[in-house]
Amino acid sequence: MKSTKFLLATTALTVAAGGAFADDHMADEMTIVSWGGAYSNSQQKAYHEPYMEKTGVTIVNDESSNEAVAKLRAMDEAGNITWDVVDVVAADALRLCDEGLAMEIDPDEHLAPAPDGTSAEDDFGDLLVGDCFIPQIVYSTTFGYRTDMVPEGVEPPNDICDVFDTETYPGKRSLEKRPINNMEWALLCDGVAKEDVYDVLETSEGQQQALDKLDTIKDDVIWWSAGADTPQLLADGEVFMGSTYNGRLFSVIEEQDQPVAMMWDAQVFDLDGWIIPAGLPEDRLARAMDFIYFATDTQRLADQAKYISYGPARESSAPMVGKHAELGIEMAPHMPTDPDNAENTFLYNYEFWADYRDDIDAKFQAWLAQ
Amino acid sequence: MSKLNSTGQQTADAPTPEDAFHEAAALEGKGGNGGPVLSADGTPLKRSLNRALRMQKMRALMLIAPLLIFVLVTFIAPIADMLFRSVENQIVGTTLPRTVESVSDWDAEAEEAPGEAVFEQLYYDMFLAAEAKEHTKLGTRLNYEQTGIASLFRSSGRDMDDLGEDYIDALEDLDEAWEDEAFWYALMTGGEDAAGNTDLLNTQRKRLSNLTSDNFKGDIGFVPGAEISQLLPNTARAYTVFALFTVIADEDVVSEEEPWEAVKIALVQDLKAGADVAAYEGPGAAELRAARDMLSDMPEIAFKPAFLEIDEDWGANETWRAIKIFSPPFTSGYFLNAVDMAKTLDGVEARPENQQIYIMLFKRTLFMSLVITGSCILLGYPVAWILSNLPMRTANLLMILVLLPFWTSLLVRTSAWKVMLQSQGVINDVMVWLGLVGDGDRLVMINNQFGTIVAMTHILLPFMILPMYSVMQTIPPSYLRAAKSLGATNWTAFWRVYFPQSVPGIGAGSILVFILSIGYYITPEIVGGTTGTFISNRIAYHISSSLNWGLAAALGSILLAVVLILYWAYDKIVGIDNVKLG
Repeated sequence: MKSTKFLLATTALTVAAGGAFADDHMADEMTIVSWGGAYSNSQQKAYHEPYMEKTGVTIVNDESSNEAVAKLRAMDEAGNITWDVVDVVAADALRLCDEGLAMEIDPDEHLAPAPDGTSAEDDFGDLLVGDCFIPQIVYSTTFGYRTDMVPEGVEPPNDICDVFDTETYPGKRSLEKRPINNMEWALLCDGVAKEDVYDVLETSEGQQQALDKLDTIKDDVIWWSAGADTPQLLADGEVFMGSTYNGRLFSVIEEQDQPVAMMWDAQVFDLDGWIIPAGLPEDRLARAMDFIYFATDTQRLADQAKYISYGPARESSAPMVGKHAELGIEMAPHMPTDPDNAENTFLYNYEFWADYRDDIDAKFQAWLAQ
Repeated sequence: MSKLNSTGQQTADAPTPEDAFHEAAALEGKGGNGGPVLSADGTPLKRSLNRALRMQKMRALMLIAPLLIFVLVTFIAPIADMLFRSVENQIVGTTLPRTVESVSDWDAEAEEAPGEAVFEQLYYDMFLAAEAKEHTKLGTRLNYEQTGIASLFRSSGRDMDDLGEDYIDALEDLDEAWEDEAFWYALMTGGEDAAGNTDLLNTQRKRLSNLTSDNFKGDIGFVPGAEISQLLPNTARAYTVFALFTVIADEDVVSEEEPWEAVKIALVQDLKAGADVAAYEGPGAAELRAARDMLSDMPEIAFKPAFLEIDEDWGANETWRAIKIFSPPFTSGYFLNAVDMAKTLDGVEARPENQQIYIMLFKRTLFMSLVITGSCILLGYPVAWILSNLPMRTANLLMILVLLPFWTSLLVRTSAWKVMLQSQGVINDVMVWLGLVGDGDRLVMINNQFGTIVAMTHILLPFMILPMYSVMQTIPPSYLRAAKSLGATNWTAFWRVYFPQSVPGIGAGSILVFILSIGYYITPEIVGGTTGTFISNRIAYHISSSLNWGLAAALGSILLAVVLILYWAYDKIVGIDNVKLG
């Protein structure tokens, strides 16, 4: 009995002492959810470590972003939200917002303005997708290819339609096991103009057209479901070219020094960022808001680009992107948003896929399984 | 217990309290002349034994209670809850209750979308749902059935505030009182001592708690006046909902908040509908009369055109059919989807061929699980036989070889198969080196059914070998020797004497392997490609990606039912007593 009392007393003391140092209305510990790997690493270097140093808060990292939507829904139903800030792609953020699982954000009130005084809303611009999403990076899904597998006397692939040209570029391709991006690329290479792609894809004839085009290379495709698959397949020489996130290709090319090169044509921009789960208790909410304000300011976003080749979501951060922290190479030419890389780009159409995802996915999966 | 009124009910070898009870009961049943048999303390023997027995049973129950409760709470209850989602569909009825009610009269076969009356109810339902941020959930739900409803609901929810703006502006231009919170509060309570309409308040409380699944109980400092709710029924209803939401969800004070646009629209509607404000003497009477006179020059509010202007999909029959078909609180829709069918107005019809996938996946899952079970038997039987016929020490050593992969992480083993089987992998490299295949046409052994079958057979093999081994160990080797000494050949001795005794081991192993493989998820996902994936991969997709938990639950229920049916069939054909784990 005595020892319990003693324990209780000391705990109370520590709590009191901790409370005296920290802001009394903010929680001292927070759980941040992200994707793991090199990406989480870049966030920890650029955001978490400086924030912990500044405030003395303990940050617990959870690598569950790929199942964040389902887990948040389950937490909400159980009435016990254990996450404070969650890193998700914009499409998931939109979904969480629709489901009432993410908190609505007022950019001008909750986010820092740019150093020159531009409001956060203008600084992020079009990237503020939906009401709950706080953009962090622009990444792209694009192709990488093995330079040593390019047939002799042939130009290396530099056009999205080279993916569908198995005559000139024989070899396996790896594509993501979902309709998003693949359907657009297929239509683009089947003679549909870029601005008409989504109009065509709305109709079932258009969906069939895209699947028919994909059918021409179906036997040459290895379908991936994890972002690490294509880099691995490229490194093993299993595929000639494959789609994946540009940051993953950066690490294959620059960090692992594999004979792989980028093909930026028709890269699809997508956004990744934070959401704050709805229904947090007040002290944790205050802490989460404080973290978000800190971690999405101009300097912090530019800092992240030192560790990974994803473009910062703020316009004001772009000029501040410098060299890679370890490799010492200039990062700007590796950014998907670099003018040389962004000659022909696509922006993930969130509204379209929010509506058509279930329908087209059913057709896509049925086609795959045939 | 009286049906046990006979002796000789012994079921176990050892005497149990039950036996004594039976004997006592039997004695009593004979009806001896001394009345009931009494125990030492004078109570009837039957009762005292009964009590002792009950104590025993209670004690036994207490002993297993922690486990029972644990299993119930952490296993059975969540599964039941999850399976319940496969039929549950209350969201349509709780989000759009008035719309659902009024759309039931609409002839869904008609060319025309529903009329003004339905859109009027839709406005009030949508306005409240948008305030409570519930409309997008419903949009997501209905989008599973009709593509495009998700964004229809999302964008319409945003525009609800602007519907009927002209009327609200006109009202507020006429008299600033219509922007005044306190004026509204006085109007809707009907003054200090007015009789209240608590029925209205309670119905709306229920409506809101259905919608948000929060509790809307408690005093809100507002009761709608009886007189005003008779005079302006729509307004009173809309204001009551507003009041409840303001106090309980937003934690504000009613009399300090300006009412929602929907309340003002309701007022316009009531006044246009000819509310008898001439005879009304309560608070705000003059303003009401002025508003009525002003509004008489304006046309009726047209809800349908307003909705069509927000999005023309509101005029599409498909949208309304989806709402109508999925309005009941329970639906067979998910189960129909899970067997490649669709729920329509006329009943049930097959999905378009290019969307059919689940039946095929179920068949493939069953077929591949059978193949995997079969290959496990073929590979495991000789191994188990050797293990059980070797001296104990060697057998134990070899057993470790069987168990070692069993203890290795599943992911590691699956990835190892990837390294082995891929086209630049170990096996292909060796074969090219040996000159068995050319460098150009390496074998495709992964990302297809073959890869899944090989990897899963390897992973599940210990589940086959272990029960077989423990059964074979109990078969005395003397039986085989006896058979041979009686003139049987090696084969006859094995097939007629040894094999029948090892069948329970095969049975146990097969059930284990088959049931495990039917629900396997991670290995097919990694090595299955497109032709080697199982139904469980689709279930996982619907749980974690598409969030269509209803469909996932329906697929899961079907899978569970298939397993139970197969188990039952196995019991009928082979007999479950014929299964031994050791």
